[in-house]
Amino acid sequence: MLDLHLIRQQGDFRVDVAFRSPEVGVTALFGRSGAGKTSLVNMVAGLVRPDQGHIVVNGRTLFDATQGLHVPPEKRRIGYIFQDGRLFPHLSVKSNLTYGMRRTVSSEQGVSLDDVVDLLGIGHLLHRRPAKLSGGEKQRVAIGRALLTSPSLLLMDEPLASLDRSRKAEVLPFLSRLCSELSTPILYVSHSLEEVLNLADTMVLLDQGRVAAAGSLEDLMNRRDLQRLTGAADLGAVIATTVDDHLDGLTRLRFPGGGLWVPEVAAPRGSRLRVRIGARNVAIALQAPPETSIQNIFPGQVTAITEGPAKLLDVQMDIGCPLLARITPRALSTLALAPGKRVFAMVKSVAVSRGHLNVPLDMNTDSQRRTL
Amino acid sequence: MQGWMLSPVEIEALKLSLWVSFWAVAGSLPLGVLVAWLLARLEFPGKSLVDGLIHLPLVLPPVVIGYLLLVGFGRRGILGAWLHDLAGITLAFNWKGAAVAAAVMAFPLMVRAVRLSIESVDRGVEAAARTLGAGPGRVFFTVTLPLVTPGILTGLILAFARSLGEFGATITFVSNIKGETQTLPLALYTLTQMPGGEVGAMRLCLISVVIAMAALVASEGLARRFAAYIKG
Repeated sequence: MLDLHLIRQQGDFRVDVAFRSPEVGVTALFGRSGAGKTSLVNMVAGLVRPDQGHIVVNGRTLFDATQGLHVPPEKRRIGYIFQDGRLFPHLSVKSNLTYGMRRTVSSEQGVSLDDVVDLLGIGHLLHRRPAKLSGGEKQRVAIGRALLTSPSLLLMDEPLASLDRSRKAEVLPFLSRLCSELSTPILYVSHSLEEVLNLADTMVLLDQGRVAAAGSLEDLMNRRDLQRLTGAADLGAVIATTVDDHLDGLTRLRFPGGGLWVPEVAAPRGSRLRVRIGARNVAIALQAPPETSIQNIFPGQVTAITEGPAKLLDVQMDIGCPLLARITPRALSTLALAPGKRVFAMVKSVAVSRGHLNVPLDMNTDSQRRTL
Repeated sequence: MQGWMLSPVEIEALKLSLWVSFWAVAGSLPLGVLVAWLLARLEFPGKSLVDGLIHLPLVLPPVVIGYLLLVGFGRRGILGAWLHDLAGITLAFNWKGAAVAAAVMAFPLMVRAVRLSIESVDRGVEAAARTLGAGPGRVFFTVTLPLVTPGILTGLILAFARSLGEFGATITFVSNIKGETQTLPLALYTLTQMPGGEVGAMRLCLISVVIAMAALVASEGLARRFAAYIKG
């Protein structure tokens, strides 16, 4: 578990951040550029010294201002994957990978070189030098290099940000595999909603050097008051689902409200998948329509109605989990919607997005967590 | 054909020059890298003063440096006497003094080359090495030093060439003693002052050109090989 409270004044900018993150899983540190994300991970890694506060990782205190304790980065056992890779240009890929491993006590080594090379698919690159690698390959090697130190915490500072779209699609599957298969907690810095939706379980929202909100990804993404910070282009609900069945070119995803039909995804049954349903793509009816092209109809109850932009209204419903619909004032009065009213929410299958990265979905699972 | 053969005196001057330059460069390399690192990486009070002092030999007349060395490290100089009493080392009027004069004159060139190279090393890569378990010393020897190899090579070659050509400071500090402090430029100068010395002077002149060219070509070649190595 990561427990930290960090204060640091950098010129006019003040970082004052406190949060705890769970023992396993991916915690996204999310915020716009300039929100203080990189400063924060640099402090966790020990590369920058905070003015005040403490850092405790899995019960081990790495920094405590009141005790004057500051463990140097090389003794922290924290893996750091940088945005720009930062491979050693004068060493081969293999020597890059083993650089940290050779300085790790063998009793603390949790993974072997072969495991990591396998996991990241970099076996054919071992004898090359970093200059001969593509951006995506470099980042995979950087990930492997950090993993081989068997860290007690992995920091990833926008590991995909410097890659173009196709390179992103190349690295992301490895990242999600890693996130789901690794028992090491990961602190994942990003300003990309798509990446966070794909990878994270917990989210810490940073704004101007402070924590604006922290909690489960679904909770935070479904909060309207945080929309400005989550930066979602349009309002929508994020729902955790499990792949249930494939039929007629469609896939049924099971979630607390029933079954959601979406265009076929290449994911095995049982894999977990997070989807986002935009509020614009949800329609409301008072009775279940008898004949319709819409595949997904869920009974539920209106929980709240709030004003959206351009005189539109956002209706929050409970269909076993929160769902949002954006409607016109006329629709509101025609249906006489009010909190507590029973309704049917309708979602077009094609309107369900699962992040906007073109990743094969079988990579996008976190069905079982296991130690490497 | 007779005109192409070096006389024993000239051979001696050539050997002495290479010997003096080798020790001047080898002796000042560790200090040069250290000073370059300090100037590139640390902020400390009096930094510009240190920087200026190191660069003085580049802007002062070499005779002035030679004279200051003579005053400081001569037999009766403050440091010279101390060095003699403590370690039994005398610099005045022997090849060691010539090496010191050459080292001092070449030092700024070496420091500049290494410093530029250190400043161009990505500090992020060094930070990455820290997070991988390497302490500051190990980072220096496994990351920084290998990456500044081209700068060090350039510095070495420049300093070596400068040492080979050292004249003013050497002749002022350790005089022009045949077989002891008469390096190539000094021998060349002596020959030009002697009637009938023109042929010998021309031979030494050609040798100087050949050595300098060889040094430049070698440095270019090494730099290219290093670049190729990094590119994999």
